[in-house]
Amino acid sequence: MELLYAASVGLLVSCGVFLILRSRTFPVVLGLTMLSYAVNLFLFSSGRLSLNSAVVLGQSSEYADPLPQAFVLTAIVIGFAMTAFVVILSIRARADLGNDHVNGHVPEINNKRKV
Amino acid sequence: MIQHLSSLPILLPMLAGVILLMPPCGKSVSIRRFASVTFSLLTFLISVALLLKVQIDGSLVYAIGDWSAPFGIVLVADPLSTLLVCLSSLLGMVCILYSCAGDDEQGSYFHPLVHFLVLGVNGAFLTGDAFNLFVFFEVLLIASYALLMHGGDKKTTRAALQYVIMNLVGSAVFLIALGVLYGVLGTLNMADMAQKISLLQGDDVYLAKIGGLLLLVVFALKAALLPLHLWLPNTYAAAVPMVAALFAIMTKVGVYSIMRVYTLIFGDEAGELAHMAQNWLWWLALATIAMGTVGVLASQDLRKLIANLVIISVGTLVALVTIQTVEASSAAIYYLVHSTLVTAALFLLADLIGRQRGKVADRITAGTPVAQPALLGVCFLIAAIAVIGMPPLSGFIGKVWLLQATLNTEYSMVFWALYLVASLAVLFAVAKAGSTVFWHHQTNGSKNKPPANMATESSIKDRVQPVQIVAVIILVAGAPLMSLFAGPLSEYAIGAASQLHDFNNNIDLILLGGK
Repeated sequence: MELLYAASVGLLVSCGVFLILRSRTFPVVLGLTMLSYAVNLFLFSSGRLSLNSAVVLGQSSEYADPLPQAFVLTAIVIGFAMTAFVVILSIRARADLGNDHVNGHVPEINNKRKV
Repeated sequence: MIQHLSSLPILLPMLAGVILLMPPCGKSVSIRRFASVTFSLLTFLISVALLLKVQIDGSLVYAIGDWSAPFGIVLVADPLSTLLVCLSSLLGMVCILYSCAGDDEQGSYFHPLVHFLVLGVNGAFLTGDAFNLFVFFEVLLIASYALLMHGGDKKTTRAALQYVIMNLVGSAVFLIALGVLYGVLGTLNMADMAQKISLLQGDDVYLAKIGGLLLLVVFALKAALLPLHLWLPNTYAAAVPMVAALFAIMTKVGVYSIMRVYTLIFGDEAGELAHMAQNWLWWLALATIAMGTVGVLASQDLRKLIANLVIISVGTLVALVTIQTVEASSAAIYYLVHSTLVTAALFLLADLIGRQRGKVADRITAGTPVAQPALLGVCFLIAAIAVIGMPPLSGFIGKVWLLQATLNTEYSMVFWALYLVASLAVLFAVAKAGSTVFWHHQTNGSKNKPPANMATESSIKDRVQPVQIVAVIILVAGAPLMSLFAGPLSEYAIGAASQLHDFNNNIDLILLGGK
């Protein structure tokens, strides 16, 4: 289970980093979302992975650490707000700057190719 | 009421922000301005009251919801954090005052957002819990994102987009760091972490090191330390001036976090991990000063110049923080207050000057003369002398103190040489900027006095409004006041720094003395 879990976090992070390094805002926003998914999974695992264990006392023989779950919840809420903001900001940037590049201008090479 | 005093600098701005969004304040501009100024004044007074109480009764630990220290979240009001809370509340008040001249109506929700930003900054200063620190960072960041867009144009949108993306990645790294540290230490209360970090063994030490260094990356991003400083000049130059002035405190939040985490958690008592990032930070800080100096010399307009001055001050502060002695930290505390006030004042002045110069705005070239050269000139002169660090103002005291504090360190000669050359460059750049802006006019092209009929030429709109000048004078007055009261202030800074470095006292206070 640990290997699968770690591999999926790693995959999400690498996809996220790859997408964040793109030059257009849409992939960047997607990359940020993926990175935040990876972070949420990672935070969740910081209380160690276990099966069939409850966080409420008296419910099962084994107990899970409730704190990482609270962290993840907080991180999800904050991440959701931030993603909403960055989506709106990218749309505004697309309207204001006339293109969807993070730098605000279309690179020279693309222009030449069009001509 | 009095035992909840340490939570009020956080609760009051939150309440103010919410009330300002509601109908009577939301609709009428004058009611909104009045309520906003009143609330910010109240926040400032409460912060000062907290500072006085901490001075009299010693540090306060406030357990939120009465959950005691390692389990619940605590707010720690010690001399250092309360001083910075006062500073941020003051800055918030001044910016709100300045915006009442009309800038607050360039976009919506300016006043609530400033209160939310102050809430986040105060929370970040007061909290004693690392995850709570993350939450307050996010609060101040989302307020800053929206404030950055306030009254902006195309340039602002581009700067804001880059700033937001950069900080979102920063937040992700912050969370990963917290996850690693929690996984190893099983706690995120800073005092508890400090206690447990020396007990780590085997591979856990390396995990804790990874977590700690990732935290450093995040704080360095917020503080704008060298490889991560590129966002700062554009962002600060693109923001509306009073927002830029308010942002002067935000890099200091990063510096403060480095100070806290690397003195308490990864400080003397951390066993194998003690001072793990010290060497890195020292050279990066020096490189930051060098880079800021180059930026100051290359700046084409006043706002960029001031933004680069912010970078120099960050480099200086981080260099002081890495030395890890009481003397260096107390110098850092004094310098931090001084540089925040002065850079904020300069941002506001640059705006006032820019408005009166018409088309050339705040570019450092010959142009239309300033309509009120005496008033703005004197303010600019005071702020400039303070920022350069010439006697008799606060900059000079800060500079002498920090040079003294670095004297006995290993690479002090490198620091002295670099810092003094940087000071000379700043002196040159600021003097050139000031003389160009105030004395070089396009019409006569020489250093003659401005024409006598100039005051009538400028329209009423461009003249400095009373609230604006009051706001600027509050900030500019900080420099002479800080040198006038240098004695008590430096005593306070030394007290705050010695408490910061008193490991056992901190642990006892937070873990055992939580009331």
